[in-house]
Amino acid sequence: MALHWSALGEVAAVSIGATVAVAVVFTLGVRAMLNHQDARESGRGSAAALAGAAVCFLACGAAVLYGLYLIIPQFHD
Amino acid sequence: MAHITFLLVVVIITALAFDFTNGFHDTANAMATSIATGALRPRVAVLVSAVLNVVGAFLSTAVAKTISGGIVNDGLITLGMIFAGLVGAILWNLLTWLLGLPSSSSHALIGGLIGAAWVGAGLRAVDFYEVLEKIIIPAFAAPLVAGLAALLATRLAYRLSGRADEESVTRGFRFGQIGSASLVSLAHGTNDAQKTMGVITLSLISAGALPTGSGPPTWVVLTAGLAIGLGTYLGGWRIIRTLGRGLTDIRSPQGFAAETASATVILTSAHLGFALSTTQVCSGSIIGAGLGRRRAQVRWSTAGRMAVAWLITLPAAGLIGGAASAVVVHGGTAGTVAVAVVAVAAASLIYLLSRRSPVTADNVNDARNVTVNPQPAPASN
Repeated sequence: MALHWSALGEVAAVSIGATVAVAVVFTLGVRAMLNHQDARESGRGSAAALAGAAVCFLACGAAVLYGLYLIIPQFHD
Repeated sequence: MAHITFLLVVVIITALAFDFTNGFHDTANAMATSIATGALRPRVAVLVSAVLNVVGAFLSTAVAKTISGGIVNDGLITLGMIFAGLVGAILWNLLTWLLGLPSSSSHALIGGLIGAAWVGAGLRAVDFYEVLEKIIIPAFAAPLVAGLAALLATRLAYRLSGRADEESVTRGFRFGQIGSASLVSLAHGTNDAQKTMGVITLSLISAGALPTGSGPPTWVVLTAGLAIGLGTYLGGWRIIRTLGRGLTDIRSPQGFAAETASATVILTSAHLGFALSTTQVCSGSIIGAGLGRRRAQVRWSTAGRMAVAWLITLPAAGLIGGAASAVVVHGGTAGTVAVAVVAVAAASLIYLLSRRSPVTADNVNDARNVTVNPQPAPASN
């Protein structure tokens, strides 16, 4: 049973960590995107905000791709 | 030989029927929150989910070599018992659908098989230690983990997005929801369609139609994938309403957090070899997301009804499966026909009852509750 509980703990830790990480990065992406839009409306340049949003969304896209990798057995068998 | 062929055909049809109920019972898991927040229109959501379920069914080559992961002794179980177990699972799935309760299709299948094997082949056909380790413990742990993950993710999403104009924030998260919900659908297809393929393949093997250790023939993959896809597309609107509207009022950041939590818990545990109920994971995520937003209420009465359904799913499906097994094992072909007739009659009755207060793509978001026997005055809704 000891092994079993540690596996369960691993599932819990990895799941919570990954969920929180994706949610935080996506939220920061949404926020950066909104900052970019605000800045553009007021006529200022906002390349930094746009780049920040792009990095965040790309990171989330990478997480989705990793999810696909885990789902599709042809990729890792 | 003719007898075996008849029974085999009955088992295959019943397995596909179970796969179909599995599909519409579980549409809600991936899509309920997306439908509730308006990230996807109801009919689009079920179409996306159905397509991804079929794709998932074709993707995964790792078919379960045992019917139920070693919980039931495959060497002692006969075709008649598989049939009886499937009947138990189907009837329980239909009954919980009628009541709008998101119970686990996997637990219904395993419960039905346990009941049928216990009655048909005795206690030694069931490994209760496996039941504890593979079913009972994950059933308590998974929703808690998913709920905690969704709670933390929701809280952080609200804190970090901290904007007054919630409209634009909402739009961003709706977009993210589509991605996370699609992952849940795909993962569901790779898991749940496999179970039916495994049941049909083992039935073919035990009837001598396939050599021992064979994988599923193409027609089995095709029919099982289509059965679950069709069920998903029809949409278990009653259950979608309960999960999307009944538990808590979901907004798009919560929906995104809940679906992300569900996807990660399902993927992580599958990767580490835990067989989880998608339904319980997704319900836990939604409750967690509800607790994560300030001033959001979780309707604990609905959550409580759901928890009761979880607890009794396995034994209830087991009781029906056991009763059916007794008739099939002692009644032979006549018993099998009798069970089939009773099962079809019961399924039809449940369907007719559902027509008294139908929940469809058009009214799924209109109310929080699923009723079976509506009051004559619908205006007082």
